[in-house]
Amino acid sequence: MSQLLTREEICVPENEVYSRTCLLTDAALSYCPGCGHGTAHRLIMETIEEMNLQADTIGVAPVGCSVLAYDFMDIDMQQAAHGRAPAVATGIKRLYPNKFVFTYQGDGDLAAIGTGETIHACNRGENITIFFVNNGIYGMTGGQMAPTTLPGMKTATSPYGRDTETMGYPLKITELIAMLPGTYYVTRQSVHTPANVRKCKKAIEKAIQYQKLNKGLCFVEIVSNCNSGWKMTPLESNKWMEENMFPMYPLGDIKVPKQI
Amino acid sequence: MKDIRLMKGNEAIAEGVIRAGCDGYFGYPITPQSEVLEYLSAANTKQRTGMIVLQAESEIASIHMVYGGAAAGKRVMTSSSSPGISLMQEGISFMAGTELPCLLLNVVRGGPGLGTIQPSQSDYFQAVKGGGHGDYKMIVLAPASVQEMYDFAKLGFDLAFKHRIQVMVLSDGAIGQMMEKVELDEEIPRLTDAEIVKKYPWATTGKTPDRERNIITSLDLNPVKQEIININLQKKFKHIQETEVRFERIMCDDAEYLFVAYGSSARVCQKAVMLGRAKGIKVGLLRPITLFPFPSIELAKLAKQVKGMQAIEMSAGQMVEDVRLAVNGAVPVEHYGRLGGIIPAPDEVLNVLEQNFIISKKEKKYEPATY
Repeated sequence: MSQLLTREEICVPENEVYSRTCLLTDAALSYCPGCGHGTAHRLIMETIEEMNLQADTIGVAPVGCSVLAYDFMDIDMQQAAHGRAPAVATGIKRLYPNKFVFTYQGDGDLAAIGTGETIHACNRGENITIFFVNNGIYGMTGGQMAPTTLPGMKTATSPYGRDTETMGYPLKITELIAMLPGTYYVTRQSVHTPANVRKCKKAIEKAIQYQKLNKGLCFVEIVSNCNSGWKMTPLESNKWMEENMFPMYPLGDIKVPKQI
Repeated sequence: MKDIRLMKGNEAIAEGVIRAGCDGYFGYPITPQSEVLEYLSAANTKQRTGMIVLQAESEIASIHMVYGGAAAGKRVMTSSSSPGISLMQEGISFMAGTELPCLLLNVVRGGPGLGTIQPSQSDYFQAVKGGGHGDYKMIVLAPASVQEMYDFAKLGFDLAFKHRIQVMVLSDGAIGQMMEKVELDEEIPRLTDAEIVKKYPWATTGKTPDRERNIITSLDLNPVKQEIININLQKKFKHIQETEVRFERIMCDDAEYLFVAYGSSARVCQKAVMLGRAKGIKVGLLRPITLFPFPSIELAKLAKQVKGMQAIEMSAGQMVEDVRLAVNGAVPVEHYGRLGGIIPAPDEVLNVLEQNFIISKKEKKYEPATY
């Protein structure tokens, strides 16, 4: 019968199976416990570390819950005005075509106030990567209706449920930009189970690798929960996401490069 | 041999930025400044100097592309005319909050609203007092000739990087569209990426092991820290007020009456000074070249010498407020302006000065318009 390892024996380099990426800072994450942002941050930073891209990366943080992303990511970053991250990233990438430039945006930022910047950056085929965290709500400002809010879904500004007759329909912006010839790789993932985390990591790797090809914009949507905004426990919110968000926002690749 | 050309004001500043080592231009068409984007698009800048020229989907996108480039240490600019500059105020405020250098050109047209495409000076307050949210100022340069449109390209970039501040060239439809002789300088080479890393250690050029990460943000939720950020900004503006004032004195030495005017209005007043002198009136012109920092000290000095000051603007009276603040009641300061795209004539403004200061009340034939 094998003996159980002591704590001291486990903490030796040869027994290490996993460690936190050095590209995440020691700052305590400001996201609510149970939220997917932390995992999404980790996956992106892990990939940048594995690809040895720290010195070549310039990130753009948005307005919203991830406004302070630069507190957690140990890379050069710019904070953009609400919705303008794709324009800011365009400015950087056009002047530094050999750098890895990405934005990290929420649904209010990317699909409402920044719709114009998003669509035109995609349409010009800017060689940038957009990470789009879609939780169907404005989290930072306290749970208001977003363009991605589901029909009937209750939020602070749709307290009787989103009425599509007066409030419009969920905007499937990822499908929309996938139709543009300027986008090269478009995918939708989630990070709520270990299996999905692994799939999402692979998608992030591709979206970073493909930027080097200069073939157009790479876009990774991560459908995520907002347990605070949805007023659920983390577990309830993940279940609710599977049952309600995924039918509207089905996971998987939407546009993949040919011959790859 | 000197390189002298006949150019439009808008073309001159476009050529000026290429020769001043500009790395990127991001803009959107609007009359009366579209020649800037057109000239740069035709100039093969990519081959000539490596400069990037991009037509954005809006003025909002343009200014945020400028933000991205500037935050990475590049010499970047945009240009527009009044309605477009209004759209850019968000980005300008963000650049003020992050102390990013850039060159902005406003070829002013009459407003409010869609207004007119004719020249105006009605964006003075927006440019000089800070058009976006928050306590900030930009350096504002007011060209009065096509040569100055050209010259202020390099001067603007130099001041922007010297002080890490936004520099606006506040022109107007007349200066932008008219053609004059321009003397061009040699091209200054653009900085290499390695030079930018060395020269601008604050720029987001990619975190290398030898330094901490660079973050460009205007956010600090801690009010104590945010107040310190603001106090430091104000210190910088004060330093600029003390060191960067530029103006031109025309026949001021023996002047008894003074025109105060910038840009196109200064050109009109310069002629009016000649007409006045021919009539035996000792009149001069003080032309502010920097609108922020405003030549307040020079005006206060002149207030001890002259009997009255006549501000001339193509606005309802915006710069005149700064003249009055500088003079502080020492002499009468009158305003005369034309609105909606009308440029006043030299005899018209001279007549206003005579009516206001020289002809006694009894002799006055009519009250001049006061706007």
